[in-house]
Amino acid sequence: MTKITRNKKPIRLSDIVDHAILILGGLLMLFPVYLAFTTTSHDNITLSREGLQFGFGDQMGHNFYAAMFEKGGFSEQIDGTTMLMNSLILGIGFAVGKIVLSMAAAYAIVYFRLRFATFAFWVIFTTILLPLEVRILPSYEVVTGLGMANTYGGLIVPLLASATGTFFFRQFFLSVPEELVEAARIDGAGPGKFFIDILVPLSRTMIAAIFIIMFVYGWNQYLWPTLITTDEGLFTLVRGIKQITQSIYEGNQIPEYGQAWALAIIAMLPPVVIVIFFQSWFVKGLVESEK
Amino acid sequence: MATVSVTDISKTYPNGAQAVRPASFDIADGELIVLVGPSGCGKSTLLRMVAGLEDITTGDLRIGERVVNDLDPAERDIAMVFQNYALYPHMTVAKNMAYGLKNRGASKDAIATKVAEAAEMLSLTPLLDRRPSQLSGGQRQRVAMGRAIVRDPALFLFDEPLSNLDAKLRHQMRVEIRNLQRRLNVTAMYVTHDQVEAMTMADRIFVLNAGGIEQIGTPSEIYRTPASTFVASFMGAPPMNLLNGNADGGKVRVGESAVQMPCADGSVLLGIRPEEVAVSPMGTIPFKLTLIEELGASRLLHGTVAGQDFVVNAPNDDIALAEELMLEFPTNALHLFDAETGKRL
Ligand SMILES: Nc1ncnc2c1ncn2[C@@H]1O[C@H](COP(=O)(O)OP(=O)(O)O)[C@@H](O)[C@H]1O
Ligand SMILES: [Mg+2]
Repeated sequence: MTKITRNKKPIRLSDIVDHAILILGGLLMLFPVYLAFTTTSHDNITLSREGLQFGFGDQMGHNFYAAMFEKGGFSEQIDGTTMLMNSLILGIGFAVGKIVLSMAAAYAIVYFRLRFATFAFWVIFTTILLPLEVRILPSYEVVTGLGMANTYGGLIVPLLASATGTFFFRQFFLSVPEELVEAARIDGAGPGKFFIDILVPLSRTMIAAIFIIMFVYGWNQYLWPTLITTDEGLFTLVRGIKQITQSIYEGNQIPEYGQAWALAIIAMLPPVVIVIFFQSWFVKGLVESEK
Repeated sequence: MATVSVTDISKTYPNGAQAVRPASFDIADGELIVLVGPSGCGKSTLLRMVAGLEDITTGDLRIGERVVNDLDPAERDIAMVFQNYALYPHMTVAKNMAYGLKNRGASKDAIATKVAEAAEMLSLTPLLDRRPSQLSGGQRQRVAMGRAIVRDPALFLFDEPLSNLDAKLRHQMRVEIRNLQRRLNVTAMYVTHDQVEAMTMADRIFVLNAGGIEQIGTPSEIYRTPASTFVASFMGAPPMNLLNGNADGGKVRVGESAVQMPCADGSVLLGIRPEEVAVSPMGTIPFKLTLIEELGASRLLHGTVAGQDFVVNAPNDDIALAEELMLEFPTNALHLFDAETGKRL
């Protein structure tokens, strides 16, 4: 590897201003996160009496433990761990399903001489105008009609069909040189082999980028899971937090604010981890193409 | 190793454009033929029909004994080298070369042996673990060759493989490809728009023009007896001079001067290559010099003969250059073409 040498540049005033603005912005963004941490570290009584806490208390460990492992809910059956699992299943299932589906669709549209390929693409593309929120009632009808309410399938599948992934993969496939396809044909790679051996590896940065976006999107789903899962065993984190704070109005005991805050922090972490882990791929997928 | 036999092959694209007019030819076993012509004349289309990348609209294509019109490229026993190399960017050099064999179900050992052999032949052995992006243009071209070689095809197809290389490398690769093709004794079709490549590499040249084959011949036949003004001006740098003239009683008149040239009376084009014109005080044809281009060993004199553009390639010795020179056209260097059809007379 070559050694990287940096030019030592004199620091200019504009650099200082730029950095000051960036640092200020960063602090502004981080402050609520900090507040979440400090507030989590107090007990329920303090929280319901005094609200947000700016300093650290000593209940952090307890709140996290209770949130993750104490059975709760109406059924006294679910804990944070179950909800975390459900959220992961939704996030990963959604992202993977979406990638598989949209790659397959884009592959068909770009590489096969379908009669109405362009038309099909635009039809798929216009579904961007129909997000789940718009078609939520019919979707609910169909899913319950199929007996898929309260299943992982019912949770994930209706969210999968979407144009964005198809669009990105189509644009990417269109930029793969024709000669590569021809070389593969001469090398005896049929459609399936070409897809698996050439196209998928070439798209891997693209796949990673879309995976991040879709995972976070799926993870943060709220409306659809609320509608389609009534069985607490299928509750996701994002949904479960609400379940805990709901007892403010229903129960006569002090709501478990501490646990809710702990769950909120846990709900925040996986997207952060994924973004950090895939970050370099993400950038590559957006700016670079290895062709 | 195989012969190729083509009967009345033609190509009309779905949009109605006829890219290749019906053509028939045979290629002998182990022969290297070069398809040459200006951009857009249908060279690639013809080659791609042979490869199986384009459907054949009419006619028959035989490779060896088989009619292969309806076979997939992979079943035609061919290998192709593309202009942009078309290497798989995510595979190492070794994997790039092995991919075709792997798809044919060759054993791991057989693949390893073949790849090692080809790499040795092309001096690619130290590069086997690199990715294409870590190679220079010339090396990539070698890998593309290697990918073709490992498959032991009956026919090699090249589509402008050297166009992306710099001049020096192009010359070197030209020689290398030619040597390799001889050594493997494999039949080859080579497409280029560069007439120097065509001249230096070909056993036989096919000159294409606007979708039709204008002339088929060995390089020296093409050079010495071009079948038309198109071939005459396309092959050779600088191109052959063509002067409008009038044939009249065994003489061809160009402006005030005339050369002895028996042919039927009428309008003709008189052709002579710049390198075959002699500048001499004894000459009979006046030449007005306007520009001199130094080439080192010789120089190009641009000017006019009887008001028509004319170029002379004169040896770089001490002829006295003046604005008015006298030229001599050796009779055996003269070509006559029909003024209307451009065909050789
Ligand atoms: N896919 C296509 N559809 C329609 N016309 C084409 C197609 N490919 C090439 N052509 C046309 O066919 C002619 C020959 O093209 P090509 O064989 O690529 O020429 P060359 O390789 O000699 O430059 C050109 O006029 C070109 O515009
Ligand atoms: Mg071409």
